[in-house]
Amino acid sequence: MKIRVLVSLKPGVLDPQGRAVHHALEGLGFEGVEDVRIGRTVELDVADGTSDEALDEMCRKLLANTVIENYRIEKVG
Amino acid sequence: MSFRAAVITFPGSNCDRDMAVAIEQVSGSAPLRVWHGDADLPDGLDFIALPGGFSYGDYLRSGAMAANSPIMRSVKAAADRGVPVLGVCNGFQVLTEAGLLPGALMRNASQHFICRTVPLKVENAQSLFTSGYEAGETINIPVAHHDGNYFADDETLDRIEGEGRVAFRYAENCNGSRRDIAGVLNAEGNVLGMMPHPERAIEPAHGGTDGRRLFEAAIKAFA
Repeated sequence: MKIRVLVSLKPGVLDPQGRAVHHALEGLGFEGVEDVRIGRTVELDVADGTSDEALDEMCRKLLANTVIENYRIEKVG
Repeated sequence: MSFRAAVITFPGSNCDRDMAVAIEQVSGSAPLRVWHGDADLPDGLDFIALPGGFSYGDYLRSGAMAANSPIMRSVKAAADRGVPVLGVCNGFQVLTEAGLLPGALMRNASQHFICRTVPLKVENAQSLFTSGYEAGETINIPVAHHDGNYFADDETLDRIEGEGRVAFRYAENCNGSRRDIAGVLNAEGNVLGMMPHPERAIEPAHGGTDGRRLFEAAIKAFA
């Protein structure tokens, strides 16, 4: 079973990396970019039948730092 | 009785020797060196230090992998028993990732790696680590980090400030840390995490000796 975990910074947490990329996009002449936030994608291949609870625990214990990050778990097949 | 300290080495730690030398110089006893994969700490420790470096190459997040290594379960248990635990730089990151200290260390606001001596204001001079300083005193300690930008939500910041758990603040904020926080204590006061490197300011040849008093205070508390 393929799982995709999307980890993103919580709203309100300053993202210096996103800000630098935003600035670079403007430097390239792209207009209308309101905001840039950078996150992380983790792709997992887990045994069929792995429970939602187990996936959630993986995120909370390691894949995301819930002090600063939110995560979303997607089943991709 | 000699001061029985341990320095934990993770794969990618690079300040472990500096930390061990500093502890030996100040205490007169060479600390035990402990490998991250060991499940147990030596018995009867008086002090545990988590050194700086780039444990596990900063994979995933700084300190995240080390926080889950076997030895950290024993470090947590020792901290719960009241053993003093000092985490410097990557060691601070490991302590926050392990949940022993609140908050998180993010990429410096400037995006740059910062390596220079910075002035710090001593906020709490009551703890076992900081009793050698005067409250409000400015000390100079080197920093060397890419991810030292301290973050915690407002409620947590209000709480730790109210409880006197901010040990040090940057006199000049070098990395974007919220409320200029450079070092934080746990609620019991026996765990300190800080981004600046006191072990790099032990003798005049280092360019300053302000870090020495931190180790002296911890040893005095033990005695």
